[in-house]
Amino acid sequence: MTRRSTWMGISLLAIALVFSARVHAQDTIKVGVLHSLSGTMAISETTLKDTILMMIDEQNKKGGLLGKKLEPVVVDPASNWPLFAEKAQELLEKDKVAVVFGCWTSVSRKSVLPVFEKDNGLLFYPVQYEGEESSKNVIYTGAAPNQQAIPAVDYLMKEVGVKRWVLEGTDYVYPRTTNKILEAYLRSKGVSSEDISINYTPFGYSDWQARVAAIKKFGSAGKKTAVVSTINGDANVPFYKELANEKISAEDIPVVAFSVGEEELSGLDTKPLVGHLAAWNYFESINTPGNKAFIQQWHAFIKNQKRTTNDPMEAHYIGFNLWVKAVQKAGSTDVDKVIAALPGLETPNLTGGIAKVLPNHHITKPVYIGEVRADGQFDVVWKTSSTVPGQAWSPYLPSDKDIVADWVSLNCGNYNKATKKCSGQNYK
Amino acid sequence: MRWGCFWLGGQWLLGLLLALQSIGFVYAQSPTDVGFAATVGALCAATFDEKNKIVEQIVQRGHPSAQPTLTALLEDRLYCRNQDQRVFLIKPAAEDAPTLNLIDPLTLKDAGSASSDDVTRIVTNNHLRRLLETVLARFGLSSPKSSVRLQAVKELERDLNEGNVQLLRERSAVETNSKVKKEIAIGLALASMDSSDARERLAAISVLEGSLRQDVLNRLQAVVEKSANGTFVESDEHVRKAAAKAIESIESRRSFYSGIQTVLFGLSLGSVLVLIAIGLAITFGVMGVINMAHGELMMLGAYSTYVVQLLMPSYIGSSILVAVPVAFLVSGLMGILIERTIIRFLYGRPLETLLATFGVSLILQQLVRSVFTALNREVKTPDWMSGTLQLNEALAITYNRLYILIFTLIMFAALLLVLKKTRIGLEIRAVAQNRAMAKAMGIRSEWVDAITFGLGSGIAGIAGVALSQVTNVNANLGQSYIIDAFLVVVFGGVGSLWGAMVAGLLMGVVDQLLQPYAGAVLAKIFVLIALILFIQARPRGLFPATGRAAESQ
Repeated sequence: MTRRSTWMGISLLAIALVFSARVHAQDTIKVGVLHSLSGTMAISETTLKDTILMMIDEQNKKGGLLGKKLEPVVVDPASNWPLFAEKAQELLEKDKVAVVFGCWTSVSRKSVLPVFEKDNGLLFYPVQYEGEESSKNVIYTGAAPNQQAIPAVDYLMKEVGVKRWVLEGTDYVYPRTTNKILEAYLRSKGVSSEDISINYTPFGYSDWQARVAAIKKFGSAGKKTAVVSTINGDANVPFYKELANEKISAEDIPVVAFSVGEEELSGLDTKPLVGHLAAWNYFESINTPGNKAFIQQWHAFIKNQKRTTNDPMEAHYIGFNLWVKAVQKAGSTDVDKVIAALPGLETPNLTGGIAKVLPNHHITKPVYIGEVRADGQFDVVWKTSSTVPGQAWSPYLPSDKDIVADWVSLNCGNYNKATKKCSGQNYK
Repeated sequence: MRWGCFWLGGQWLLGLLLALQSIGFVYAQSPTDVGFAATVGALCAATFDEKNKIVEQIVQRGHPSAQPTLTALLEDRLYCRNQDQRVFLIKPAAEDAPTLNLIDPLTLKDAGSASSDDVTRIVTNNHLRRLLETVLARFGLSSPKSSVRLQAVKELERDLNEGNVQLLRERSAVETNSKVKKEIAIGLALASMDSSDARERLAAISVLEGSLRQDVLNRLQAVVEKSANGTFVESDEHVRKAAAKAIESIESRRSFYSGIQTVLFGLSLGSVLVLIAIGLAITFGVMGVINMAHGELMMLGAYSTYVVQLLMPSYIGSSILVAVPVAFLVSGLMGILIERTIIRFLYGRPLETLLATFGVSLILQQLVRSVFTALNREVKTPDWMSGTLQLNEALAITYNRLYILIFTLIMFAALLLVLKKTRIGLEIRAVAQNRAMAKAMGIRSEWVDAITFGLGSGIAGIAGVALSQVTNVNANLGQSYIIDAFLVVVFGGVGSLWGAMVAGLLMGVVDQLLQPYAGAVLAKIFVLIALILFIQARPRGLFPATGRAAESQ
């Protein structure tokens, strides 16, 4: 073949491909995936992108949705918060996706929120967060504080007998809001302010020796002490290394973490960490048929038997299934119809319970407390007897006492019962 | 007294058991065996509260298999067979072994094998493990190893009930090791603080006075406190006075040691800063090249450590030592490559160099992400580097930090030696001082440039090896340190190795001194402000370069 004919062949092929893709595009439903694939958050978010791709793949094997195939549109906001908003706009206005699965940090969610509300999009947000929010256009499939932080503190107080508390966090909105709620909660339970120590460190902090020594000192005052850690991201690894080095055992000062799961521990030697705690709504080690099948499916999709599963992955699993059910119920992918169909929908979670969408756009979730095992997995040592409904507004903060979120009967995410006024979105 | 009896009984039974086995008798099931088996069997379906009770029952029964069974429970090696709910011990085996080898808890003999799906591990929690450790400590008290005995005494001190105190007292009479003996004395003194005899309490305080431990201090402070109704908890005035004196003595010694500790923390933080900065002191200081990819060269060093560990998985202990020259070569060669292909065309144009090397840093980051994924890579800490050097009860420094401090000093000395005592060092200095004159003397200045840049980059690689022990190994590792590295070099005085050394250590110590009062974020801000003010007053840093060449710049 001459070079010219090769080029002609290639360009013909390219034209054919473009053409077929266009034909193809007409009978697909576009699903946006808005997770950082580079930058600091890539560590956590790449896994979530893969989870959604796996779910789409699975749904297409079942014949798609409403007779159409699902087509993922993956963008990379690169751990850059303003870029999140730009990419969200691109997904909603240019690609006209039916739904978006995305975001990890609260600051990225806050950044895309105005875009979703303006363009009337639909976002499924899969990560535990600080609450104090309920948008018409967002379904929060991660835990609200009452589904993670409060039960964890309850467990430590009642089952372990903790009297003294260190609230250790990374310096940004999620730890600060969570600690504000926790402090109010602890004070309401009669813990004096000198038994609470709150400290913040920057993102990616690695010089933990002085902080860990201070925690050790705070914990040696004779009362049982625990650390509630909202340390996020990379900083956890040197923090746990330092705990291990300074021989703070979980039996003396347990550390309960809200942002450390199987994925984060996979980069660590966990033997010195045995017994430290994490509070989640899902653990890979929970032995149910649904979870086993999910893990197998994940290993087959990612082609690596050693990859772990974690809580935000389960949240995406639930969120995706809920969206599929809502579209089937509404008979359309129209955002308003899907949002109207969502409250009240139920789908099984991976641990044998039922996830139900509530009028405040949060879902019901079970709460598990796990202890780190030598192999980097968790042993569940405590769980709630049934699922807990997510609360958008914390009853422990005085400013939120009268606020409710209800998108079914009140059509408002921030309704003040006392003044009977709606503020925020839908505020007129 | 009960525990003593049990222990003697246990030993006797074990002896008998061994004797029976050695002469070939078939071990027959006795009523104690049946009871033991039933108690252990109950672990299968028990809640955590029930498990605590079962463990206590097992101890009370005093069966010879109690110790191995409870040890297995503590070590996550006690399993329940699903089909018949019988409990088995598991032989320690390789992580990926397909089947588990079962051991019967009664006879401690092999009982076949099972796949991991047929058995369920009996789960423990913190409370249960604590109980198991205390219980097993009673066995450890008569261990031939003094370190095991010391640990056992410490475990028993956590729960000073009558039985444990009695055990300690008995051990105290026969103990020969002075360290263990001292520990027992403190334990017994803590116990006699609850005695009703004031003289005994007074004697206990005189023993406790010599200790530096926080729990001892807490116990003494409880003596001088007033109870809710305004009267003293301790009725005897002499005891109160003695306690107050002991508290004062302990506290003054503790605060002295905590001062030393803060300085040590500062030096160790500073040594990391020095390590990342001395490579830069050469490329930026000596050559005047603003290399934004310096952090990525450190990152390459850290990944070299990871790869070395992958290649020699069974020699983790020595892998770090192997990684040092490997990282030096990898980063050094990469540095020479960057110098030859990019930087040499940009000498004398700092802005272009800055932009070009920033681009290189992005390329290197994404390259590493593509090869190793964006996930953190686990670099294992060798055993000799983990743990804490406990100088005394109030003063401890972790081994990894200590080694990094020593390592930094060695590196620094080696670098000075190379620059001052070798021919290549002489040539580097000559080119840095006066390029034209050096050329005239027959020095190949281009070649020297490449070598200098390679040397600085190689040292960055070595710094990466050290960083892999204190922080996350991922593509962003370099970015988080590059700013600090530049700060140290500017503060110390461009071109001065001694400046980088003093500046790094000083910044570390000041940061640690401020941290208890200001917190991590504010302390860093204060250090930065102080630095800006200092640079305003002395733009050339702590140790400004002198001479004609420096002045002409």
